[in-house]
Amino acid sequence: MIPLLIGIPVLLAVMFQVVRNEKARGYIVYAGAGIVMLTTIVFIVRWIQDGARTWEFYISTGLIAHLMTAGDIILMCLIIYMSIKYGKVLPILLSAAQTALVLYIEFTVEITEGPHIMVDWLTILMCIIIACIGGFICIYTVGYMKGYHNHHKEVKDRQPFFFSMLFLFLGAMFGLVLSQNLIWIYFFWEITSVISFLMIGYTRTDEAIHNSFMALWMNLLGGLGFAIAIALMAVMHGTVQLSDVVGIGELLPLLCLALAGLTKSAQLPFSTWLLGAMVAPTPSSALLHSATMVKAGVYLLIRISPALEGNLVGIIISSIGGFTFIMASMMAIAQNDGKKVLAFSTISNLGLIVGCAGIGVEETVWAAIFLMIFHSVSKSMLFQSVGATENTLGSRDIEDMHGLIIRVPKLAYIMGIGIAGMYLAPFGMLISKWVALKAFVDSGNFVLVLCIAYGSATTMFYWTKWLAKLLCYHIPRETVEDVTNKDEYVSMFFHAVLMLLLCLLLPLVAIWVVNPIVRELFGNSTDVLSMSVLTTMAIMLISIFIVPVVMFFISRRSHSELVPIYMNGINEGDNRFFLNSYGEKEHLYLSNWYLRFEFGRRHLRVPSIILAAAILVLGFCLVIGGVS
Amino acid sequence: MIRIILVLAYLLLAPFLGALLDGLDRIISARMQRRRGPSLFQPFYDLGKLFSKELITVNNVQLLLNMSYLVILMIAGAMLFAGADLLMVLFILSTADMFLIMAASSDSSPYANMGASREMLQMMAYEPLTLLVAVGFYLTTGSFHVGDIINAPVSAVVFMPGLLVGFMFTAAIKFRKSPFDLSTSHHAHQEMVKGLTTEMSGMTLAIMNIAEYYEKILLFGIFCLFFVNSTWWSWVAAIVVCGVIFFMETLWDNVSARVKWKTLLYSCWVVTLVAGGVNILILMLDK
Repeated sequence: MIPLLIGIPVLLAVMFQVVRNEKARGYIVYAGAGIVMLTTIVFIVRWIQDGARTWEFYISTGLIAHLMTAGDIILMCLIIYMSIKYGKVLPILLSAAQTALVLYIEFTVEITEGPHIMVDWLTILMCIIIACIGGFICIYTVGYMKGYHNHHKEVKDRQPFFFSMLFLFLGAMFGLVLSQNLIWIYFFWEITSVISFLMIGYTRTDEAIHNSFMALWMNLLGGLGFAIAIALMAVMHGTVQLSDVVGIGELLPLLCLALAGLTKSAQLPFSTWLLGAMVAPTPSSALLHSATMVKAGVYLLIRISPALEGNLVGIIISSIGGFTFIMASMMAIAQNDGKKVLAFSTISNLGLIVGCAGIGVEETVWAAIFLMIFHSVSKSMLFQSVGATENTLGSRDIEDMHGLIIRVPKLAYIMGIGIAGMYLAPFGMLISKWVALKAFVDSGNFVLVLCIAYGSATTMFYWTKWLAKLLCYHIPRETVEDVTNKDEYVSMFFHAVLMLLLCLLLPLVAIWVVNPIVRELFGNSTDVLSMSVLTTMAIMLISIFIVPVVMFFISRRSHSELVPIYMNGINEGDNRFFLNSYGEKEHLYLSNWYLRFEFGRRHLRVPSIILAAAILVLGFCLVIGGVS
Repeated sequence: MIRIILVLAYLLLAPFLGALLDGLDRIISARMQRRRGPSLFQPFYDLGKLFSKELITVNNVQLLLNMSYLVILMIAGAMLFAGADLLMVLFILSTADMFLIMAASSDSSPYANMGASREMLQMMAYEPLTLLVAVGFYLTTGSFHVGDIINAPVSAVVFMPGLLVGFMFTAAIKFRKSPFDLSTSHHAHQEMVKGLTTEMSGMTLAIMNIAEYYEKILLFGIFCLFFVNSTWWSWVAAIVVCGVIFFMETLWDNVSARVKWKTLLYSCWVVTLVAGGVNILILMLDK
């Protein structure tokens, strides 16, 4: 089964290079996404039939290991070629250094063999996220890319390449979460970095190239950390199993792996790359830069989190996470570009997850996994709806979404559900926040408690003003035609339904998915939240959910007379115009509040990067110096 | 049993009590300004008048959103008086507020939109402290549950005086009292008419007022939590202290002028950090 999971997407990726017909390609994508999802489901069913035990495979590997070595070298050559082509030095150095290091270790140090592939609950969860969300994003992409190239005539149409990368990426992600051997994980890790780099550069504008190289070197820095961790483990302990890293719990390899996790999930001081990545077409933002690839970083951190409890590495990781949570949410306030807000919010939410993983106790990891599930679904939905809105309105500026609910109601509802899912009471994010806050208090981490208190407030501000913008009822200036394709809606509706189901079935998700993961990671059997507590919470939350619906029907019974809004008595006919001081008709324009001078990136970015880098450097100095 | 009575009492009596407090507030304010002031029952007359009016609105969703605001606030309050989880109460309270903001911004009116933006800013200002208050109760009594908090042997205020000061400071936002009545006010606003409620009239406005009364009682309920312990006289003490706090808020309303938003945000955040944060830090170190 496992070769199939990785192999099918890779095979499809090759097919897109051969099939050049647009229609045929569309059908192959639909079929391919279906097959990937189906394979995953069959795989999971078989695993559960087997008693949901941990599976371990590939104790000894022959050919595959050599293929991977070759793959590492090819990736390095590709990076060097691209860097020379665009005159960059840093990626060459980083890539050459880490590849050389890994190859050297592989061929010189004697390593005890262990299972290379492991399947447990966390892997299964990641597989579901990759297959379902990834699969539907692929379906969405077919329609989106058509609209994208209608809208951006100046960009060269390289769709076959784009789809190849999309499916190759799915394969690499499956490989990443299924692997247990560090060298294997490293191989897939590098593939995702390179694919992200290639996708960011899709439009080949100067900005895109600049941003893609920024993403590349930051991710390669993380890769270097990964390589160093491999080398340290191999030389000192003769093993490259991830479980041994956790079991032995030596600080320096842990910190190096954590560095890789931080870069991948775009935590401060490395968050710049994710913002730059927003130049890429929206499906890659949805898939790579919010739903799955950045989750690889937190996935790794969650894997090693049992070893982080109460030690220096844990403190460093959790402080960086908490700090990122609050700073990114403050910077999000000053953004009016929809995708930028989503990027900042992704960074900020990942910060919270990283903070939870860094504390490394059962409650926090429980909350982290929950946050990860909810964030994947609602953020991918938000990215898709912003992308579709951009194709329809020709802009992704939040200001232009004024009254979207009148102009393109379907997209506005989807976006609204996504936004509500990120912070409002009926949705599961709040329960995870509740558990996280409790766990932070229990673990005695004062700074994180403050971070979550202030960070929730700033998070609320930027989401609320976006939601309010969507829900403005007014007569549109000009009507727009909804150019969103059917397949895009299929994917978005799937996400919306999934979001609502997750909210309704929250206790079941906890029992069937999250509790087993926590149990496996920590090896004991107490549940973080008792069933009764969870159920009462869920019922409470659902009651909130029903209120507006009921009120909708009640308020419809009342008859009211519609009148124009108050504009100091200088309305001109309808709600759109007023009389200005020259006695002329002037268009009313309402803008959101961005607090640019207080929370702008200009003011906060550099200080926060410096501070986060200082924490990281200090951490490395202390750990290398042997403080524990 | 007693919990059910409390919840029912809250749901039925809170609007009356809130309206009475409002009337009292107006009399006290008037006396401070050497006026005679309206009757104690003026808020009831006002509500009656509002309900009797013909329903005039600017769009079809405002009423729905305002009614949701009211009902969700009632749920939050009922949960508090039922002894449920304090943190959840606060989360639901902010969700309720979200509906008010949506109601105000749904009409594309310049003044109401400005009020809605300011309301968001106010939420951002007070939110950290309310979360810290919940954390404070958790640290002192070992539970987020109101039912456990009121049965503690010692009043929580002994351990969290800083948080009480902070909560009194930020409660002025929630009570819509000067100097923090940026989004809408009981007094005339020069620069933005009636802010948040500019476009609300008749029944819609009445519903918003009733919701505010529920919220007022909910907040006094949280103030009570600071003082109540397992003894009976602590309840009396709590109610007396609530009276004092009520008087102080009215006094503050009358002696201070409205501040700019920056002053509001920064002062609330600084007070949160100094009064609330230090208090929490001490509690955490002590544990």
